[in-house]
Amino acid sequence: MAAVEVADLTVHYGPVAALRGVSFVAEEGTTTAVLGANGAGKTTLLRSMTGLVRPDRGSVRFGGDELTRLRVEDVVRRGVAHVPEGRGVIEELTVEENLRLGGLWRRRSERDGFDAVFELFPVLRGRRHQHAATLSGGERQALAIGRALMSRPKVLLLDEPSLGLAPIVTGQLMARLASLSRDEGITVVLVEQNARTALSIASRAVVLNLGRVVVADRAEAVAADTQLRHHYLGF
Amino acid sequence: MQRFVDLTLNGVTYGMIYAVFALAIVLIWRATRIVNFAQGAQAMVTTYIAATLVEHQANYWLAVVVALASGLVIGGVIERVIVRPVEKGPVLNPVIVTLGTLVALEALAGIIWGGGLRSFPAYFSQIGVVVGKHRLAFSHFDIYVLVAIVSVMVLLVLLFRFTPLGLRMRASAFAPEVARLLGVRVGRMLTLGWALAGVVGALAGVLVAPKLLLSPNFMDAVFIYGFTAAVIGGLDSPLGAVVGGLATGLALSYVGGYLGSTLEALGALAMLMVVLMLRPQGVFTRVTSREV
Repeated sequence: MAAVEVADLTVHYGPVAALRGVSFVAEEGTTTAVLGANGAGKTTLLRSMTGLVRPDRGSVRFGGDELTRLRVEDVVRRGVAHVPEGRGVIEELTVEENLRLGGLWRRRSERDGFDAVFELFPVLRGRRHQHAATLSGGERQALAIGRALMSRPKVLLLDEPSLGLAPIVTGQLMARLASLSRDEGITVVLVEQNARTALSIASRAVVLNLGRVVVADRAEAVAADTQLRHHYLGF
Repeated sequence: MQRFVDLTLNGVTYGMIYAVFALAIVLIWRATRIVNFAQGAQAMVTTYIAATLVEHQANYWLAVVVALASGLVIGGVIERVIVRPVEKGPVLNPVIVTLGTLVALEALAGIIWGGGLRSFPAYFSQIGVVVGKHRLAFSHFDIYVLVAIVSVMVLLVLLFRFTPLGLRMRASAFAPEVARLLGVRVGRMLTLGWALAGVVGALAGVLVAPKLLLSPNFMDAVFIYGFTAAVIGGLDSPLGAVVGGLATGLALSYVGGYLGSTLEALGALAMLMVVLMLRPQGVFTRVTSREV
């Protein structure tokens, strides 16, 4: 039931086609990696899944809702959280305010939300009252993901979480992401340029090129296909 | 010395009025990156509404409450109906639209209430209090003005710092797209920001009206000085608006008192020029560079 079904998604920016009939299914409680080069349409895909971009055609179904028809503010209320590219932390707010904002629409008890986030990302606990502007890149990414988790999402969309992070930080981050679908049953859609890392924690992978799906398969199969890797994934 | 004290007290009182008005301008600028040139005209209308009530024997406090409430409604309606449609377009459009609203409101006030001067009641005595042997240029009404403005400022701080609504409003102002992704109804928050600014402006209107006389353009000067204060503070900083307001009030009071009252407006322009030349980003704004 909680699978996300993307069908025939097509988006144009003016005369330029960013997505051309993209279809795939993100199974419930799994991690699906969306891979591809710059300009393949990965970010546009995520943005049209949460209403930030209105597609020309196609659908994104989740739990009986057509997400492309909802307002951005309502998508998160259906349990779909989107961590945008470039670590969308609000620098002018403190770490705690950023986190609180994530769970605000739920009006649920904040304490367990905070505790769960601090357990996943212990580094944030000590920075609780600092402005987000003072955080390092890895800490910001932790904050952005933690903030999304404050809404107790069923689906988590992540846009390039490893961008600009040191390899060791990326490794730690990916390990924590892997636990989200494995232990919490969250359906994760992970957009990455860092294909090798993303494939290591994903169960399925979708490879995009120039707005089209080239391959949608099990992650091991994609990682094992040398030609595909050389062509589209750069490793 | 007595004169200096009097001019300082006078400057502080006017300064706080400019400060609270600057705060209204900053509220809107922070949320929508628009300077609301109609802010003064909105406050003029709400003050006329209060004056009309008082002329019909209404209680002063009732009139003030109605003025603040109509400020709320007018601010919200202007955002929703007039500003929202042009918000996404070229940056000049909101400027033209708010200037047009200013002209329209002042013309409308002339039609409804006439162009003549009217007085507005002060409620408290406007005669200076006596300290020792001196009668200071500081009345019970001035005390009321300061208390009212400081209370509103404290309420605003509490609202923005400590309530979920304030957090939503700040998030909407700083990062609208991220806020929407977190479920904040950003459009509603913008309307609310304009409505709040309308209340704050309306307060400035009823407080300054007894010191000036009511006419369709009586808030123009307050707008200009409030705008000066906001720019000095950096347009983005509420604290800057308050400090800028006090600085403007004091400077104008000294210029008016020592050099002649005709030079007041010139003094404001000179301040604006100096600040813009030395610190174009304003005194209280940190320059932030953002990673893209």
